[in-house]
Amino acid sequence: MTTPNCLGNHDHQSKELSQVLVLEPPPIMKLHGDQFLNDFQLLKAWESPLPLDQFLSIHAQSVKALLTPGRYPLTKNILQLIPSLQLVVTTSAGLNHIDLPEFQRRGIAIASAGDVYSEDVADMAVGLLIDVLRKISAADRYVRKGLWDTKAEFPLGSKLCSKRVGIVGLGSIGQEVAKRLQAFGCRIMYTSRNKKPFVSYPYYSNVLELAADSDVLIICCGLTEQTRHMINKDVMLALGKEGVVINIGRGAIIDEKELVQCLVQRELAGAGLDVFENEPHVPRELLTMDNVVLSPHRAVRTPESLTAMCEHVKGNLEAFFSNKPLLSPVMNI
Amino acid sequence: MDSITVLMTSPMSDYLETQLKDRFNLVKLWTYSSKTDFFKHNSHSIRAIVGNTKIGADAELIDSLPELEIVSSYSVGLDKIDLRKCQEKGIRVTNTPDVLTDDVADVAMGLMLAVARRVCECDRFVRRGLWPKGDFRLTNKFSGMQVGIVGLGRIGSAIAKRAEAFGCPISYYSRSEKPETNYKYFSNIIDLAVNCQILVVACALTEETHHIVNREVIDALGPEGILINIGRGSLIDEPELVSALLQGRLGGAGLDVFENEPEVPEQLFGLENVVLMPHVGSDTVETTDAMADLVIKNLEAHFLKKPLLTPVV
Repeated sequence: MTTPNCLGNHDHQSKELSQVLVLEPPPIMKLHGDQFLNDFQLLKAWESPLPLDQFLSIHAQSVKALLTPGRYPLTKNILQLIPSLQLVVTTSAGLNHIDLPEFQRRGIAIASAGDVYSEDVADMAVGLLIDVLRKISAADRYVRKGLWDTKAEFPLGSKLCSKRVGIVGLGSIGQEVAKRLQAFGCRIMYTSRNKKPFVSYPYYSNVLELAADSDVLIICCGLTEQTRHMINKDVMLALGKEGVVINIGRGAIIDEKELVQCLVQRELAGAGLDVFENEPHVPRELLTMDNVVLSPHRAVRTPESLTAMCEHVKGNLEAFFSNKPLLSPVMNI
Repeated sequence: MDSITVLMTSPMSDYLETQLKDRFNLVKLWTYSSKTDFFKHNSHSIRAIVGNTKIGADAELIDSLPELEIVSSYSVGLDKIDLRKCQEKGIRVTNTPDVLTDDVADVAMGLMLAVARRVCECDRFVRRGLWPKGDFRLTNKFSGMQVGIVGLGRIGSAIAKRAEAFGCPISYYSRSEKPETNYKYFSNIIDLAVNCQILVVACALTEETHHIVNREVIDALGPEGILINIGRGSLIDEPELVSALLQGRLGGAGLDVFENEPEVPEQLFGLENVVLMPHVGSDTVETTDAMADLVIKNLEAHFLKKPLLTPVV
């Protein structure tokens, strides 16, 4: 009896390898191949000619582990077809593609990206902020257009030092952002679901008050029902006409239509955005603004991050199958 | 003090101009159509020069102003001032250190991130509508990159402090070793370039440092290396830099200064791995005002026979 390719290697020893279901290849697999998971038997759903529900019914009934990218929504309907599932390993920094309450109800553990990406995302956040305040991309455009030797003077930027930076979400990424910006002389404040012990930055229990006291808001939190459109018109108006918003979380945390309006009407001074509500589509108005910096959701895409994520995924799967604690379990859903 | 005549060499700050006009008899060099015309009207009345990075006080200007007592530069760099001549003639010189240190260091960091993480290129990619057609390429991780600093003065040290927060190991080349830091010192710039991934030029321009970054240094930095210049254009051999970038012998460059500002080699305009800025390292509202205030305070101190705040000579 032949086993189809999508069930991994054909060797009879494959029955001894732990099975890992993969519905769609995560970026690390697309870029690195799957040799890093040679110790496991991969069930590659996307390679099968069968429709997904049939594939799962036939091949995935006893599967305990699932590896998933961020773009693939894991809904109740899919979970019903993988009844033995005990673990999901996600390569995405965000968890908004996972029906968390349903997973909790079924007792399925989730292994997150941990802090594998945190430095890269923090670097991007700082890069976007410096670019907006000091107009780096705008300056580059100005020089390349040959405007330097003309009457069109380049406008002054705004100093970073002493800026009050409000971090929305002080998880691993938020903390890396804070650490970096402190070295620039910024004053760090934050809001988070809970006040963090051992953190000396001033805590705000709600984002509106944080915005009122900030010059810059940096969105570092995850997307949940509570944080969807949390950065709304009121928050942006509270931030004020000199205010700058940086988003390296998820587009939908900000009410994008309102953001565009605030920028158009100069209720906000600028924005640096790596994420958008309807990627890869970016509101047309932003494409010609000089006071925004736009990035195509690339904050984590470095070769170093991808390599580290391969190791991290492997580590979580190994831990699970040897009954050891996961490297990066998601708690407190 | 409005009987005291002060010469402003070029338009540099509306705020400074207003402040000078309020306090002194202000003469603006750029409003004269010819040098002879200018000298005819003013050479015996000017007692102070306010210069900047475009036009300072060279030997010719100093020699033609017999009443000149002080040059107060709206810059920290002194390469446009003939310091030796000022010293010989007992002319005081002041500049604007410290107030602009943070801003220039911030631009250096911004350029490093912009080149390493291709921030400007990402922005172009989105604006050109390319994202729906496919994802942007990978960019190199910035945190942890080895940063080498040429010149560990105020600005170099401020850059080091910021880069450290990204986990970047810091090394430097300077006129003298600074044992109070724990950064790695290299006694020559080639060794520094060999041992770093990002080379930041942050030293003053003098006769000794002219073209200190030459072809040899660029080759030592290599095809993965990134060169950042927030000092003066002539610290780098610009034609060599351009050819290294065009030939792929250097990985990327972030430049706020150029040898013949405002001219920028046009061959750079077609490159994705460079970021170009029009000498705006200290150009924030806050800092330009602080620089202007310092210029004014130095002039007032001089004419009130009080100690200068930031004297160089």
